[in-house]
Order: sequence, then structure tokens, then C-alpha cells
Amino acid sequence: MGNWKTICLAVLCAAISTAYAADLQAPAQVTAGTAFTIPTSGSGDRTFYLVGPSSVVKKSVKLGSEIEIAADQVHAAGRYVAVSCGSEGCSSASFYVVSGSPAKVSFLLHPSRVPVTAHDAINATAFVFDKFHNPVLRPVEVDFRVVPKAGPAFTKSVKAVQGVAWMKMSPTPKEGPVKIIATIGSNEEPRIIRQVASDACNLHIKARRTAKGVEVETDPVKDCRSNSVPDGTVVSFTAVDSNGKSTVDAPVKKGVARTELPITGKAIISVASGVVTGNEIRL
Amino acid sequence: MKVVLPILIAVMTAGLIGIAWVQSGGVASREISAGRTPEEAVEALMRDVQARNWNSAYSRLANTNALEKQDFIRDLSGSNGSLRTYSSLQSFTVWPLHATDQEATMRVRMTWSSAIGPLDEVRDLHLQRENDAWKVLWPKPNLAKVPPQVIPVNYLRWDVIGRTLGDDWGVQNVDPPNVRITSMNAIERPEGVVLVGELVNEDTVPAYVSVNATLLSPDQTTIDQESSFDTIAHTLLPRQVSPYRIDFPGVRIKQVKNVRMDVKALLVAASADPVIAVTDQKIEKDALGAILLRGNLVNQSGQNVDIAQVVAAYYDANGKVIWVSNGYVDQALLPQVPVPFGVDVPKDIAPKVQSYHVVVNHYSRNNG
Repeated sequence: MGNWKTICLAVLCAAISTAYAADLQAPAQVTAGTAFTIPTSGSGDRTFYLVGPSSVVKKSVKLGSEIEIAADQVHAAGRYVAVSCGSEGCSSASFYVVSGSPAKVSFLLHPSRVPVTAHDAINATAFVFDKFHNPVLRPVEVDFRVVPKAGPAFTKSVKAVQGVAWMKMSPTPKEGPVKIIATIGSNEEPRIIRQVASDACNLHIKARRTAKGVEVETDPVKDCRSNSVPDGTVVSFTAVDSNGKSTVDAPVKKGVARTELPITGKAIISVASGVVTGNEIRL
Repeated sequence: MKVVLPILIAVMTAGLIGIAWVQSGGVASREISAGRTPEEAVEALMRDVQARNWNSAYSRLANTNALEKQDFIRDLSGSNGSLRTYSSLQSFTVWPLHATDQEATMRVRMTWSSAIGPLDEVRDLHLQRENDAWKVLWPKPNLAKVPPQVIPVNYLRWDVIGRTLGDDWGVQNVDPPNVRITSMNAIERPEGVVLVGELVNEDTVPAYVSVNATLLSPDQTTIDQESSFDTIAHTLLPRQVSPYRIDFPGVRIKQVKNVRMDVKALLVAASADPVIAVTDQKIEKDALGAILLRGNLVNQSGQNVDIAQVVAAYYDANGKVIWVSNGYVDQALLPQVPVPFGVDVPKDIAPKVQSYHVVVNHYSRNNG
């Protein structure tokens, strides 16, 4: 007997709920940032609530007229619930706000510096958003424009999947800054990646006697692809003479590293940069 | 009676003052002050230096006609923002080396307290007798004078632009530098376990590095955690190699099962200058029998370096780092002027040393 009572109560509640739900006739889907109206039926004053992912709106409405929803009340994409409450209870309807047209791109580019020899080492990832920062989940094309320091620029178009477009690429052959611009519509996000030379190759020094000692200088320090190593790269000069050992960690400036060692007699001078060693000079 | 009582009180007061003076070492102090023995003369000089009583100290010298007072003061109190200018004489020990009736040689070990800890300095001082007193022949300091000149420097520095408050979340900072530990050697010393090794900045930008290490027991619990502190070159230019040493006092190596190393590298704005040459490096014994790596530092740039620190790695025949030592230089490095340095090498390690590598940290008031 108790079960029958429960079932009847549930059916009654469902019927009332359905009847109230019919008060609000919300659209199934709305584009973010677009004003729209929710038609209502019935009569009397009610309090209207619009509960969204990041906002709640409350206002008094009259049933039977249309409830106007302003554009700025539906900026955030997601599920919204419209509720109207009166003395006899509440009714509700839900609808979805979807992202608008692509308007912004957030761009992650890794790494910041990459040796020119590193294969597929550049990773570019773009996230597509509408103008209200809602991720645009439908497929849209993102252009990655690559502008090397030397050589022609080129563009690679990638279709975003679930709001994300990404690509891998190898560095261009020459060292230097490379600008990569992610573009969607008129929105551009530039990033700089610095392509750098690999380890020094064929490190070579020459020496000449001066009034103060011996001036030692490298040839232009380059990697095996003839890219100049970045200025500031430390080159270690070592001289061994009768007074002992002398060392100088000199940075490459304008492509060469040089120093002056206070050597007057016989000496052996060698050079290294990181793990790379160069030639040896006997004076 | 009216006269006798004040006289009596005055006499008694004078007597008490006299007793107090004798009891407080006044006699001995006067003897020392007078420099009746070579040892007393040096001690008196050192006390004046300790008190920074330069007039009195200078008056104890035998060669005031050949030595300017300002040079004497600069020799002991430092100049040009050097570490010595931030130091004071904490203590000293004097012992005789040689003495005759008219001349003597005394050795003095001065311990200076400085911002980076105590610094020892040993000097041999010659004395000569003048009448009844001994006076010190203070060696004329070799104070470098840099002639007016222009030193051209192609100034190279790196500046870093980071993200700002207004940037979107997709605007990431520039990646930190890629720094790698190339070697690590755990050795047991009487004072505890010591980790020594080297690391290299493999990147093309400068890095501010620090190395931390955690010693783990067989059950993987932490025994101790320490950092390299100042026994490392913290700012590494591209491809620069630095030694590091991490001390774990009181830990025995048999307690240790694993070592966890952690190198932290930050991208920092830095300058490639000054370049400091390390010349005439030699391992040799000093007057006290200690083994030192000695050499000269030459500032090849045009700006003064106020405080320099030497960090040296020592390798065995297999190229393995077997020790790292460091030491501060208490003289400023003026442009192009060689400044001597010396860092300790433990006596048991010195015979195994086949080669060494020296790096120099530098600090200046003007450019940090």
C-alpha cells in the first residue's frame, strides 16, 4: 500500500514539474555573447534566475511576456539553467551557450632555444578561443607562420581538434632568431625561438707575441654546419710554461675569443670549449 | 688634622690605583708597549693594528723614513672596496724564527674576521734594535698603481624579458638554461662525507646555478641535505664549467646508500665581463708546510673587481675530480694588475693530484 502512495506522489510531482517547465521555452543553444529572449506562458509575477557557469542573474518577470537576456549575461560557454519561481513553486529550463567565432589564440612554443641539429625539436601548440575566452571546440584552421632570420618565410596550416592545434617542426638550417606566429583570423600571437649553433667544431687558435706576453685568438668559432656559436660562449685557453699553468675563460665576442697571456718563454697553449678541445700551439 | 686627612686619603687612593694597575697587567703591558723584546714589539704592533690605532702602530716601525704612513695603513686595512676593507684583526699569534742582539725575524699569523668568515694571513717580520726598544721593519707594500689609460672592452651582456601581468596565460617565460652535472664523487674525510664534482652550462644563455644533494640511507630515509653554498661558481656563462663541493659534516660514507643530486638553474641577466686570467698556477708548500695551489689573478677588463673568490677542482690521473677547494682574495683586482692567491690542498690528496682547474667568482659594488 505504501509503495502505491509513493508512486502516485512521484507521478504527481512529475506532472507539475512538466507543467511548470512549460512556462519557460528556452532555446536549445545560444551563441556566447548573443542577446536572446525566453518566451513564457501563464500569468502573474515571478522571480527569474539565470544560472550559468560563471554568473547568476536574478530579476522580476511577468509570465506571458518574453524574458530578455542581454548579451553580456551569456559570455561564458556552458550549460545554463533558467528558473522562474513564484508562490506556487518553481519551473526551470536548461540550454547551452556555445562559443562564438574564433577570435583569439593562445600560443605555447617550446623550447625557447634549440640547436639547429635537433630534429623535430620545435613544438608549437595553439589554443583557439572566442572573444570571451571560451575555447572553440569545432574544427577551425590555425596558421603557423614561420619567419627565419635567413631564408623565406613559410606557413603551415593546422586544423584545431577540440580547440587545440599543434605541430612539430625541425629547426631551419641557420642559427638565429626565428619568429613563429600563430594566426587565426586577424588575431596573431608571435613568439621568438632562438636557433643556436651546436658544439664548436674544428676549434682553432693562433698566437702571436706582444710586448706583454702572448695574444691568443681563435678563428671564428663555428659548429660543423658553419653556424657561429653565440657570443658569450666560454672558450678556455690554457698555457703551460716554466712558471706553471695559466688559464683564461674568455667569452666569444663578435665570433672570436681572444686573450693575452703573460708568457715570455717557451709554452704550450691549448684551447677548449665545453667538452670540445681544439689545437695546441708550442711557442 | 684638617690637612692630614685629605693627604692620607689622596695617598691611599694613589696606592690603590697603583695596585690595580700592577694587577691588571700594567707592568707587562708597559714592557710590551716599550718593545723590550722582539716578540713584545710585534705583539704591541698587532694590538695597535687590532685597535686600528694607526698612529701608534706606525710609530713602532723602524723604517718610517722609507714607508709612507698611508701605504702602511692601506696595506693592513685594505683599499678599493676589497674584502680587507670589510675585515678586522680578530687575533694573532707571534713566534720567533731568528734573533740576534741587534736584529730578529718573527713570524706572525693574523686571523682577520671578515664578512665571509675568518681569513688567515702569515707574515715574516724583520725587527731591529734601536736603543733599548725593538722596532719592526715593515716591508714596503707593493701597492699597484694603474696608470691612466683607456682599455677598450666589447661589453657583452644578456638581458631577460619575462612575462608581464597583462600577458595572456599562453605567454610563457623563456625556458630556464640547460645545466648538467658532468661528474660527482663522494669521498670520506675525517670531518664527514664530501661530494665533489663539476657541472657545465650546456645552454647558450647564462645560468645562475646551485647544487643540492640529499644523502639516503639503505632504507631510503634522508640522512642529510646540503647545498654547495659558496663552493661553486654560481653564475655560469654558456659552456662554462664549474666545480662544486658539498659538505656533510658528521656523516660516514658507510651510512650512505644513495645520493640524490638536484641542480637548479635560473635564467638571469648577466655580463660576460670582467674576464679574469688565472696565471702561474702551481702547487707548492708554504712556509708553514701547508700545501697550496698558488697563482695570480689578472683582471683583464677595465673595471675594478672588489672581491674575488677562487674555486679549484683537482683531478687524479684518470681525470676524476678528487677535491675542490676555495678561497677568497682580500685584495681588490685592479685592471691588468696580478694579485696573488692561494687555496689549500689537503696533504693526503695533494700527491694524487695530476691537474687542476680554477674558476673565479667576482663581486663588485658597482655591478654586483
